[in-house]
Amino acid sequence: MSTIVSLPDQATAKLPAKSYLNQEYGLMSWLLTGDHKRIAILYMISISFFFVIGGVLAGLIRLELLTPPSDLMATDTYNKVFSMHGIIMVFLFLVPSVPATIGNFLIPLMVGARDLAFPKINLLSWYLYVGGGIFVLSAMVLGGVDTGWTFTTPLSTHYLNTHVVTAAMGIFLAGFSSIFTGLNFIVTVHRMRCPGMTWFRLPLFVWGHYATSIIMILGTPVLAITLVLVALERTMSIGVFDPTKGGDPLLFQHLFWFYSHPAVYIMILPGMAVISEVISTFSRKRVFGYTAVAFSSVAIAVFGFLVWEHHMFIMGVSQYSALVFSLMTMLVAVPSAIKIFNWSMTLYKGSITFETPMLYAFGFIGLFTIGGLTGIFLATLGMDIHLTETYFIVAHFHFVMVGGMLMAYLAGVHFWWPKMTGRMYPEAISKTAAVITFIGFIVTFFPQFLLGYLGMPRRYAAYPADFQVLNVFSTAGASILGIGYMLPMLYLPWSLIYGQIAGNNPWQATGLEWQIQSPPLTENFVEIPIMDHEAYDYEWLANKTQHEVQTVG
Amino acid sequence: MDSQSIATTPEELDRSVLPHAHEHPAFLRHHFEDVGQQREAASFGMWVFLLTEVMFFGGLFCAYLIFRNWYHPAFVAGSNTLDIALGTTNTAVLICSSFTMAMAVYSAEIRRRGQLILFLVLTILLGSVFLGIKAVEYHQKYVEHHIPGPSFSIQDFVHPTNPKAIPLAPDMAEKTQLYFFLYFAMTGMHALHMIIGIALLFIMVARASKGAYTEGHVIPVENFGLYWHFVDIVWIFLFPLLYLISRYR
Repeated sequence: MSTIVSLPDQATAKLPAKSYLNQEYGLMSWLLTGDHKRIAILYMISISFFFVIGGVLAGLIRLELLTPPSDLMATDTYNKVFSMHGIIMVFLFLVPSVPATIGNFLIPLMVGARDLAFPKINLLSWYLYVGGGIFVLSAMVLGGVDTGWTFTTPLSTHYLNTHVVTAAMGIFLAGFSSIFTGLNFIVTVHRMRCPGMTWFRLPLFVWGHYATSIIMILGTPVLAITLVLVALERTMSIGVFDPTKGGDPLLFQHLFWFYSHPAVYIMILPGMAVISEVISTFSRKRVFGYTAVAFSSVAIAVFGFLVWEHHMFIMGVSQYSALVFSLMTMLVAVPSAIKIFNWSMTLYKGSITFETPMLYAFGFIGLFTIGGLTGIFLATLGMDIHLTETYFIVAHFHFVMVGGMLMAYLAGVHFWWPKMTGRMYPEAISKTAAVITFIGFIVTFFPQFLLGYLGMPRRYAAYPADFQVLNVFSTAGASILGIGYMLPMLYLPWSLIYGQIAGNNPWQATGLEWQIQSPPLTENFVEIPIMDHEAYDYEWLANKTQHEVQTVG
Repeated sequence: MDSQSIATTPEELDRSVLPHAHEHPAFLRHHFEDVGQQREAASFGMWVFLLTEVMFFGGLFCAYLIFRNWYHPAFVAGSNTLDIALGTTNTAVLICSSFTMAMAVYSAEIRRRGQLILFLVLTILLGSVFLGIKAVEYHQKYVEHHIPGPSFSIQDFVHPTNPKAIPLAPDMAEKTQLYFFLYFAMTGMHALHMIIGIALLFIMVARASKGAYTEGHVIPVENFGLYWHFVDIVWIFLFPLLYLISRYR
């Protein structure tokens, strides 16, 4: 199979003498750093930690559901396990996954800047994230939360005696961490672009993150105030969400989903941003319809704010407003489809090679398409009444978030691993991991569509024996998926020491980040570059390398 | 693109990065190209932050809008028990503090240290007066049992002492508790922003006395001014919404 990977001669190649990794040594040089690349690494380590915890909880859920009765754990323990799985995976893994790690690392490199606009705020955002994580973990250790990740009132405010306030505080802090990340990205993209870097020369990765940042800064504060109100309601019973005092539980739903629906676009737009880069690089073509893809990201961000009520179709909202929100929800499918079609057109007649990031990207396209199309089922008012609160919806959002975002995250980590560390990951085993992940994912979550359609409700520890066969499939798939995720966690650290030296541009990619040494200098660029060509201009790259002297220090 | 401009080697690094080729003021952070870019970035960042603040208060305003529509008589009754004289005084005090803050920014721009410190201190004083008056108002509510919670009493609304007030039925009178919760949540959140602002002002006075902002580095004062005016504007909305419901009766 052909490959575009071009590595320097391993016998003579060395890592650069100076880079952000060896500029300074010692723990404090990491904990007090203002360097966006080091903060990205800090984020990567911390989100991996929370991913492992969330993943173990997911494993416990699947083990419990292997058999129809609730036999592995008590039903209230089960409630706590799935609540924690949701809270950790959504707020501590998916929301910061691509933006805070890969985005943090790459956005200054891609716009041609030395750092994000506010390095100290960037560091503060990591500390807020860690603080939020500590709160969530302590809620778990002290006895857990069993509200589900949605904190539905009045269940969360009146009927439960678990650590709701502690967990809510954690999410509040993690929320401010993502607000600051978004703020930093927006200001950087507006004000820090290098000379010649016009808006339409930005890589689509930056466009995707710009759209994500809009959601982060507009949506997250609403979640913050909502959680403050929940905490006040619990501690002082003030009555805003309490119908017996004239309050309105639906108000909570409106406020919560006003953030949490756009938040699912926080959890997919950065993934789409990664896929644009990967697809272009491994089919050696400019992304088809660059402008359409760029604007579709912004359109998803804007439409995303106008669809939240589709989470509430069964909660007694006005039928007329439900009609409008159903229509708006289906409209979000349009920009998403624009992306899928344009990626397919990019592949068309491209010189496609099948490196690991590309395999993950193919996985993303397939799984995200299924996840997106089943979203249309749920946007349809009649279907939604049958399917909501069943495993159909669980399968739907796992296809988008795990099949979509997690695949994209892994695609991005593999794609930029040589840039971040200067070394290649082992190709053969990582391809195997990508395939295992894909198979494991399908086996885990496809049966859940069937289960949901047949009527198995979500959030119960026990189920009728009729559903067991499909649940056994799902649990078996989860085991395969677990292996698929475990492999990168083993071979990526291994490659830090034993991986091949990657050189500046192993993929022959066009982005500014690939034209500098790997790993980059703390200052990123020796001199601020001048951008004189479009994004994804492979002709420019071919001409550039003709007369460039490769000197890897 | 000239390939040399971005291909990096340690030799090039030693030549061009470490000794900066051009002179620049000490306050310029290393990752900005020039003072103009730093100033634009900081100011734009502040506006984006204020946008998130608008959304943060927006959740409370949304709750206010809904409950005021549902329980209008309760909101009128609750609003009319607030002390309008104190509220109006506070509005005037806060607008004056915005004026002194604007003057502080101006003083920093024309590089007069003494004048800057004077106006910053005046802003601290006016902000503290505002908080003091607010504390008096909160105390009144405490005495009247109008703080939501176990000690809340609907007595004043079912059997009003004021002859002009319309008595409410007990179930509507219960809803005044929601009004007072929103009153305390919104003014409390606003007061929290004032307290943070005053704390920052103290830090700025200390730095200004060492000449930090009068040497051309106006951005922090300017950005803090934006924050202070924002907090002021929130009050400009809170005052009519909370104090002036159906006052004409």
